[in-house]
Amino acid sequence: MAFLEITDLAVRFKPTAPRVLREVRLKIDPGEYIAIIGHSGCGKSTLLNVIAGLLPASEGGVVLEGKEVFEPGPDRAVVFQNHSLLPWLTCRENVRIAVDQVFGASKSRAERADWVDQNLALVHMLPAADKRPAEISGGMKQRIGIARALAMQPKVLLLDEPFGALDALTRAHLQDQVMEIHARLGTTVIMITHDVDEAVLLSDRIVMMTNGPEATIGEVLDVAIPRPRDRLALAADPRFLAARAKVMEFLYARHARPEAA
Amino acid sequence: MSLSLTGGNSAAAAPLISKDAVLAFVRTLPAVTARGIARSAPLVAMLVVIFAIWQFAADHPGASLPAPTKIWADSSELILHPFYDRGGLDKGLGLHLFASLQRVALGFALAGIAGIALGMLVGTSEVAMRGLDPIFQVLRTVPPLAWLPLSLAAFRDAQPSAIFVIFITAVWPVIINTAVGVRNVPQDYRNVARVIRLSGPKYFAKIILPAAAPYIFTGLRIGIGLSWLAIVAAEMLIGGVGIGFFIWDAWNSSNISDIIVALIYVGLVGYCLDRLVALSGRIVTRGTTAN
Repeated sequence: MAFLEITDLAVRFKPTAPRVLREVRLKIDPGEYIAIIGHSGCGKSTLLNVIAGLLPASEGGVVLEGKEVFEPGPDRAVVFQNHSLLPWLTCRENVRIAVDQVFGASKSRAERADWVDQNLALVHMLPAADKRPAEISGGMKQRIGIARALAMQPKVLLLDEPFGALDALTRAHLQDQVMEIHARLGTTVIMITHDVDEAVLLSDRIVMMTNGPEATIGEVLDVAIPRPRDRLALAADPRFLAARAKVMEFLYARHARPEAA
Repeated sequence: MSLSLTGGNSAAAAPLISKDAVLAFVRTLPAVTARGIARSAPLVAMLVVIFAIWQFAADHPGASLPAPTKIWADSSELILHPFYDRGGLDKGLGLHLFASLQRVALGFALAGIAGIALGMLVGTSEVAMRGLDPIFQVLRTVPPLAWLPLSLAAFRDAQPSAIFVIFITAVWPVIINTAVGVRNVPQDYRNVARVIRLSGPKYFAKIILPAAAPYIFTGLRIGIGLSWLAIVAAEMLIGGVGIGFFIWDAWNSSNISDIIVALIYVGLVGYCLDRLVALSGRIVTRGTTAN
């Protein structure tokens, strides 16, 4: 049995409405980095929400380590697209609220405080830990979001377009940090993106979605580039370019967006 | 004199506040005062104009309302000694206001607690909203004073009746704004709570209450304003100590000057109450609105 298995998953929001997703099948091994890519409206966020347990599956389902997913939980921590930090708490308090909730029974107060700081240090946000979200930049907010998710020690880290709203330089910087964290902790990651370079650079496999409604997995591409990966060295690497070309071909030739929205 | 501390004996211990700091502060004073004068000049000018017109219009024999100079002659004791107490109901305005403020404080505190709790319920539960919201919408249109006879019949005492009127006046905007605030808590925050499995009272205390706080304070602010409107009217009817009764009593003894002084006090206190709630709201909800 796979670590995480998605079996014949279908999602419809109303009983009469057409299915948003259909026949999604995917097996994920521990420690894998999976990118899900597709045009807007292809249901990739829906898929992530089902894995997170925030949305119910209409048919089929998701099994994580032999247990079916039917509600959200800290073993599937989500980094939301718009960071979703609580604005009335400082950065440290935003991480602490998750840590207190998840480890309230198993760790002492001092251990929890220490664990919060360790995770803030992991994303290099310790110096700004006592600022409120409104006082820090978008990239910093997203780093706190990642620290909050990692602090739950999730079995799977779910990233919902985590760098979508950031400028290119900040985005590259954060991608490097996520690669470094993935290398260090070996966390299983599922990341939604619509950036081809990001998908190829970060992931072991790229799941390419067809257009919705009734979207499903069109193709899964293995990215056989050894880690650690370096964005500068890869820029001219034939394996990188080949993988990139395949994803581009899927997205823009075979499954081009039906109408320009 | 105090600045000479550092003079003479240079080996003396450094003064508590350095001379430079004091001088720097003193140097900023003219600028600060100038800005203050510039900002309040239009208000002062307006007041002068209003008082001048008033004086001109009312300062002749047979005028039905007193001119400012007559008010000062009649009622300067009220302005200068707000806290005199000659026993019975012959007290300074400050003491009357204090009695009214006590009633408002109690009634408003009860309205705040009940209003936030009911608002949370209505904002969270669809069933509670369907059952309670229509009732609230009808009851909130009942004028405050219309509740007074009913509460006198129920409590058989003036003091709890007045407090009940304050309560029933202030509670509706608190309920309605809290409910709207709770319904408007962003789905993102709810999702965060679901992922970390925050539920029950902890979920309300740590997510819903702070996220809805700006709305709750809007409701509280409307509520305190309505309370102050209602207490003056209610006290006119129930008698005893209180600014409303003072005004009614002055009318019965034809002390029009006293009434005018009391009205100005009522306005100033009402303004202070509004600012007080707004300020506490700003302190409590710091950061919540900006994201």
